[in-house]
Amino acid sequence: MIEGHSHVNNGHIPTGVFMRSIVLTKGVPDFSEGAVSFDEEGHLERGKTPTVMNPNDEFALQAALQTKIRHGGHVSGMSMGPPGYAEVLQGAMETVYTDDSYLLSDRELAASDTWATAITLSAGLETYQEEVADIDIVFAGFKTADGETGQTGPQTCWAMDWPIVTHVVALDIDPDERTLRAKRLVEGDVDEIETVEAPLPCFVVTDPEFEPTYRTASQRLTRKRLRAETEERAADHEEYLTTWDHADLNLDPDYIGLDGSPTIVSSVDPIPKAPSEREATMLDPDAGDGMGEVLEEIQPYAAEAGD
Amino acid sequence: MTDEYEHYEAIVVGCGPGGAAAAARLADHGVETLVLERGTEAGSKNVSGGLIYGEESAPYTLADLFDGFREEATERPVTDYYIHNVAGNKVKTYDLTDLHEHDTDWCDAVLRREMDSWLERRVHEKTSETGGGVLTNVRVNGLLEDDGEIVGVTCDELEPITADLIVAADGVNSELAREAGLMDWEEPEEWFQGVKAVVDVDPDAIDDRFDIGSDEGAAHLFSGDLFDDVRGGGFLYTNEDSLSIGTVFHLDSLLEREAEPHELLDALLTHPLLAGWFGNEYDEREYAAKLVPDSKKAAHREPYRDRLVLVGDAAGQMQAQGPIIKGMNHAVTAGALAADAFAVTRGNADPAAAGRRYTKLLEDSGTMAKLRPRRYDLARTVGEREAVTSAVERVLESPLGSLAVGNPIADRLLERAYNSPLLVSMLPDTKTGYVSLPTLIAEEHGKTIHWESEIEPPTLEERIGDLTYDTDVGNPHIELLDQSLDASGAAVTACPVSAEDFGGGCYRSEAVKTNGTEETLVSLDTQPCVECGTCAVVADTEWEHPRGGKGVEYREG
Ligand SMILES: Cc1cc2nc3c(=O)[nH]c(=O)nc-3n(C[C@H](O)[C@H](O)[C@H](O)COP(=O)(O)OP(=O)(O)OC[C@H]3O[C@@H](n4cnc5c(N)ncnc54)[C@H](O)[C@@H]3O)c2cc1C
Ligand code: SF4
Repeated sequence: MIEGHSHVNNGHIPTGVFMRSIVLTKGVPDFSEGAVSFDEEGHLERGKTPTVMNPNDEFALQAALQTKIRHGGHVSGMSMGPPGYAEVLQGAMETVYTDDSYLLSDRELAASDTWATAITLSAGLETYQEEVADIDIVFAGFKTADGETGQTGPQTCWAMDWPIVTHVVALDIDPDERTLRAKRLVEGDVDEIETVEAPLPCFVVTDPEFEPTYRTASQRLTRKRLRAETEERAADHEEYLTTWDHADLNLDPDYIGLDGSPTIVSSVDPIPKAPSEREATMLDPDAGDGMGEVLEEIQPYAAEAGD
Repeated sequence: MTDEYEHYEAIVVGCGPGGAAAAARLADHGVETLVLERGTEAGSKNVSGGLIYGEESAPYTLADLFDGFREEATERPVTDYYIHNVAGNKVKTYDLTDLHEHDTDWCDAVLRREMDSWLERRVHEKTSETGGGVLTNVRVNGLLEDDGEIVGVTCDELEPITADLIVAADGVNSELAREAGLMDWEEPEEWFQGVKAVVDVDPDAIDDRFDIGSDEGAAHLFSGDLFDDVRGGGFLYTNEDSLSIGTVFHLDSLLEREAEPHELLDALLTHPLLAGWFGNEYDEREYAAKLVPDSKKAAHREPYRDRLVLVGDAAGQMQAQGPIIKGMNHAVTAGALAADAFAVTRGNADPAAAGRRYTKLLEDSGTMAKLRPRRYDLARTVGEREAVTSAVERVLESPLGSLAVGNPIADRLLERAYNSPLLVSMLPDTKTGYVSLPTLIAEEHGKTIHWESEIEPPTLEERIGDLTYDTDVGNPHIELLDQSLDASGAAVTACPVSAEDFGGGCYRSEAVKTNGTEETLVSLDTQPCVECGTCAVVADTEWEHPRGGKGVEYREG
């Protein structure tokens, strides 16, 4: 029967490699018809509108799942927001089988703009690296359904000082070389695709066009197994949820939440153009030039932060 | 060369009863087994009339292989069994319980979506324990060969996979059996076409109208003159809260009569005999169709090549024992035997060792003798020859014929003859057995029904509209190679979702003017296709199944 047991792995499931990924997710008001609620003046009633996962985060989660299925490993969902966002993380567990969840939640964090959010999230990632394990890849979605700024990902990345690849539609990782190869849309154009390479650890911002592919039977069997295992886990989500407040994150309240947010939303009309829709080339953190570009991109917000 | 491919010890293609039995048995033997099923869930592609037999003489039944099968995956056990001989409004009914119970340990009505999906879950559990599992939405599209030897499979959705054993349990119109050169789709004589409706009826009403308890079930067969002289018959089986009603006809006879399958089904549905069972209400849940091989002619005597073995419908192992249809049970036996054959020949250097052993097990277990009785080969040469048939027909039509059939002794003898498995299996497939004799019996001995049926079955258009499809837009799975009426015209009537003068089906014929001459051409739209396989045999096509998860999705089956 030892014979029989050796079949269980049979070399189909990759061994020896372990990719640790974090997916940043965000809760947004459920804009679907019937769910969304506006007050008499036509303002969104957040309290009465259910929270769902930012639809674009789904693609980030799919990318993380693909990485785990192909290479083995661990995926943690991470979100910053009120305690109710735990449901968003639970949803992530149900749909793409994250292993556990981290919620950065504190009253001090309320009303953070993208900049303060980025600072907080990077503190979350730092804390994760210190207390849990080293991270190989951070996945983020593209634009949130409510804020629509598309800045959080790049900004968090900048704070971490890692390379970033945006508009990713397909992904391949070489765990031995510790590199990531991605197909990405150039200027968000579906017809123009380039392939770029980045060293790990790095940030990946997925495009809604991202499609996971599972072309071997063992990958599909792994996905099916994860789905079955997750059903139990998701039902008992609190067991797998860690909540960190500003003290856990070692954050100075002056730099976070409303106080740390340089952006004042005067009207919701002018949606800032997402940085990733600009010329977003692959950046190598070791090459000083590349980082310079990121800094340039982020400069306006960083300057405001200093005001 | 094949080293670079993913490898499993065994691959089973298809998760119907044959594939499920093979995979479960392989897992019992500790074999690492991958099951590939093209449907979005097992059963979503499958149709049967619905009686699954546990034969006393069979080496395996589903109840042996899967604990709880009968309790959890089937509808009602069959406790009453009748055949109705019909001539117009006259009906003569025989109790067929003796024939039904011959060699029967148990027999339950089933709906295939529920049954097969239940099996799929059990099979996944079992095969997961030995390093494999079931994958749905994956269509195997060919055999992987190395130097002319079959070594694996290729799929639409996955990279090629190699295996030491490949079980083609992919049902009727097996693309694998065809590619291996073991089966062809040429002769209409080798097939039946089955068409079926699942009708919603309240469980209490079923108990009441069929006079059965809630844990009992009824089976009714129909033959005689209600099918426009097409050779074949009808059936009605009780489920928990629905009825399965259908027809099974010889494909060559359908073609000869240019009959519309849905109209023949409607002839049964609207016969006054059935009116009482519907209680004047008719709510059709699903319309379905599929080809059925005739094992007497099509069962392959050596169903293997290299590492490939065929089981079930893929190997033509579908036995029409007179009016009793046994396909699922034989698929189960064959699947389990193929697995056993692999287990004992494991490690043998000859890739065909398992196939050879499997063939021997089919013989030794008596399965092949049931499927393809040698005595039938003999009876057929005499009985089916046109001259003899018409001679017998003339006798039946003569006053002498009705005298012979019509006397009271004949009545008793006939009932006994119908209940004789030997006679029934020898009944040659002629008009005599299916139409003339039953009609005469009804005329001579039948009671006349004095009411009308008010049932109005849905139109073909409504039936298609009620089905669920996930159309593979821009990627039709059937290509019409020859548009001429001669080559492909038969499909217009024989396709169960097409009809003469109906534009919304798969096949239609139209007059086309070219250079002043008018020609009738056949055209094809695969959108409403229910993947029955008929046109693969009767028209000139390039015929494949749709990609994994695409096409029609049966909810009842
Ligand atoms: C109207 C009608 C009435 C019938 N009545 C009875 C009856 O009362 N009793 C009885 O025993 N039998 C009956 N039969 C016959 C019975 O349904 C078949 O004999 C039986 O289903 C055969 O089982 P199988 O496992 O060989 O094939 P199937 O049950 O057809 O299973 C084949 C499986 O393979 C899958 N598949 C096919 N091609 C591929 C591919 N390329 N890649 C991946 N997967 C694939 C299919 O989706 C399917 O799940 C009837 C049939 C019909 C049509
Ligand atoms: S198109 Fe062919 S396979 Fe499809 S339903 Fe019609 S006859 Fe059957």
